[in-house]
Amino acid sequence: MKRTDDVVLQTTSQVTVFIIITFSAFLFLAGHNNPGGGFIGGLMSAAALVLLALSYDLKTVKQALPVNFHYMTATGMLIAIFSGMGSFVFDAPFLSQAYDYFDLPLLGNVELATAMVFDLGVYLAVVGVTMTIILSIGEDR
Amino acid sequence: METVQTIAEPVIAILILIGAILGALSAFGLIRLPDVYLRAHAATKSATLGVLCVLGGGFLYFVFFERLISAKMLLGIVFVFITAPVAGHLIERAAYMSGVPMWQKSVRDDLKMAIAEERKSRPQTEKSQA
Repeated sequence: MKRTDDVVLQTTSQVTVFIIITFSAFLFLAGHNNPGGGFIGGLMSAAALVLLALSYDLKTVKQALPVNFHYMTATGMLIAIFSGMGSFVFDAPFLSQAYDYFDLPLLGNVELATAMVFDLGVYLAVVGVTMTIILSIGEDR
Repeated sequence: METVQTIAEPVIAILILIGAILGALSAFGLIRLPDVYLRAHAATKSATLGVLCVLGGGFLYFVFFERLISAKMLLGIVFVFITAPVAGHLIERAAYMSGVPMWQKSVRDDLKMAIAEERKSRPQTEKSQA
């Protein structure tokens, strides 16, 4: 991919990538009670990385995030499967969910559910799959 | 709260109406103006301001009528304000680089000279890119 030298695009994407990633984290965490969740959170994170790849090049994305996206997909799938298999320990059927309320130091009384772990797996798998598709299509040979 | 709502109601209505009118005006600009650059000028500026007005009206509505400060809406306002002009810039630049002609009554083209000078100063890189 030819390196683009558009200062306007690069500067704005430096700012907007942070907004997009913040919003994707918000969507990921808000998924239990609001629209959102692992899938669109992952898609928005991947969109931020694609924006970086558009305004710089693929090498910059690989430097900024030195992750093998194949491993990321596999880790996401494993987390999702193990969050389902964790219910075997408590003698419950596969993929049973549990939740409880905890007093966290800064956030106060928070409901933590094991569905969040499953969502984290979905998030990682979606980011990994999307980035694998786009990077493998976009690469020159 | 009642009086605040009575004051806020026409303000919100006017904001949303102005936004809608600006959007319609930019659509008319897209139809009426002669070339790509003038059209992009109409489409980016007034459509952006129209969207900002509508979003601002929606934000004020949620503040005064639902008692909810929607951070997502503020973020959307900032995001549109940052990205829409850049999108217009990129579209116009891409149009210029791919050789879309300007309106025949245009009088000034500074970018043409700038590009010619840059090609003169860096002939090697230009050849390798082509």
